[in-house]
Amino acid sequence: MKKLLPRLLLTPAVLSLLMWMIVPLVMTIYFSVIRYNLMQPDQTGFAGLENFEYFLTDPSFSVAVVNTLLLLGSVILITVLFGIAIALLIDGPFPGRGIVRLLLISPFFVMPTVNALLWKHMMMNPIYGVLAQVWKFFGATPIDWLTDFPLGSVIIMVAWQWLPFATLIFMTALQSMNREQLEAARMDGATYLQQLRYLYIPHLGRSVAVVVMIEMIFLLSVFAEIYTTTGGGPGDASTNVAFLIFKQALLNFDAGVASAGALFAVVLANIAAAFLIRMVGKNLDK
Amino acid sequence: MANQTSKRSKYPPALIVRTVAAWAVTLLLFFPLGWLMLTAFKTELQAISVPPLLIFTPTLENFSIVQERSDYMLYAQNSFITSVVSTLLGLMLAYPAAYAMAFFKGRHTKDILMWMLSTKMMPAVGALVPVYVMAQSTGLLDSRTALIIVFTLSNLPIMVWMLYSYLKEVPHEILEASRMDGATLWQEFRLVLLPLTLGGLASTGLLCLVLSWNEAFWSLNLSAAKSGTLATLIASYSSPEGLFWAKLSAASLMAIAPIVVFGWFSQKQLVQGLTFGAVK
Repeated sequence: MKKLLPRLLLTPAVLSLLMWMIVPLVMTIYFSVIRYNLMQPDQTGFAGLENFEYFLTDPSFSVAVVNTLLLLGSVILITVLFGIAIALLIDGPFPGRGIVRLLLISPFFVMPTVNALLWKHMMMNPIYGVLAQVWKFFGATPIDWLTDFPLGSVIIMVAWQWLPFATLIFMTALQSMNREQLEAARMDGATYLQQLRYLYIPHLGRSVAVVVMIEMIFLLSVFAEIYTTTGGGPGDASTNVAFLIFKQALLNFDAGVASAGALFAVVLANIAAAFLIRMVGKNLDK
Repeated sequence: MANQTSKRSKYPPALIVRTVAAWAVTLLLFFPLGWLMLTAFKTELQAISVPPLLIFTPTLENFSIVQERSDYMLYAQNSFITSVVSTLLGLMLAYPAAYAMAFFKGRHTKDILMWMLSTKMMPAVGALVPVYVMAQSTGLLDSRTALIIVFTLSNLPIMVWMLYSYLKEVPHEILEASRMDGATLWQEFRLVLLPLTLGGLASTGLLCLVLSWNEAFWSLNLSAAKSGTLATLIASYSSPEGLFWAKLSAASLMAIAPIVVFGWFSQKQLVQGLTFGAVK
């Protein structure tokens, strides 16, 4: 009884997750070594490593990998730097702090498709968009964001969405700062820069790691923002690995090649995950 | 001394600088969203006017047009049903599991928790082809059932983790005492654990509602006209022909308003949930 009960309670969750993980993985591995095109059912048979070769030598592939890393790196850099700055700024009482908090966190709850279209049309449209108007106001030529800086535009959208998340985490972390230590440092005449260097930044180290790891998981598979704005283009200029796999699977209907690509994405994500698991695991032991 | 205190005004310069800077940054970051809200109440002509209009007579016609043209209510219903049902299902699966791991800690408890977390790292796109093929062969393509299953499973690890972190805090003595008094498992849950973990249960549910409501990858790939969620409805406005910004804004506002308000109430729990308790 003592052992049976917990197992009984645990089984449904574990079994369903196991299925959710194993079944697609096995199928993906299987699809990746056969000829499998949803539009050409007559083409069948074992393909060996052909699909992998096709996916990895596709000129779009290296572009997609670079784009994925650029997107990941830029958004993480922007959200961590600005997140810390904003968190420090609002760490302390001032009029309207509660409202500021609510307004700041809001973009995080906006669904990706709304985020994407809001920026694509109302902000970045080269004629009627708000940014174009601002540019004109200062006498500059408005930028056609999605054509000239497709990846940059996607980075702006995604960073706008994730900055609130980073800010919120840093804000939460700052609340657990040792106030007496800070007070003592101030009494001893430490300048704000010194406080930043020796007290705030070291204290935030752990939450920076958390933000980086979690954003890594979500940002490796940015999809909806690209799907609704640039469609990966122009050319492959804003295609990341997730979108490239989608293109192979549901636009070219080549499930075999897409599966080969998917396995690559899984490997990529697992490398990132290994770090996170280790970090959270340490936390669990405490 | 008395002189010094009288000099210290109610608003020291540092506070004024902080207030102005904080509000400036906040308004800048909130601007796109605020602009969306304004545009939703403009006419199409006002929406694309040069220079942009800040003062205008608000109209509600966009909202009724959105409903007429694209059957907003159907999509809203799909979003509501898929996120609520998947959240409830997820809680039903996750609570017992979290309970078992929190109160019957075994040798493998930590491994199971870690393994569950690792399934969350599987990129969704890695499972796209198999899940699509499975949905197609079972006739579940473009059905709410398919979305509910996928949402439930992809949120399950987070739910188990969050509930585990709440259940872990419940003192074992309370449970032992109730068992001594002869409480059945159901009574133990209903009379002891439920009241103690209601807050955790609620915030776990809230987080999953937010995640499912905003989910776009699976709903874009697995659903169409029949089971499409609000995320897919909005995506259909991305077509280049015509500038229907006011209608797009109205539809977007209707799609995000419920969950943004929801999010405001659950922001603290959200941080804990998304960081698996690593930041407190």
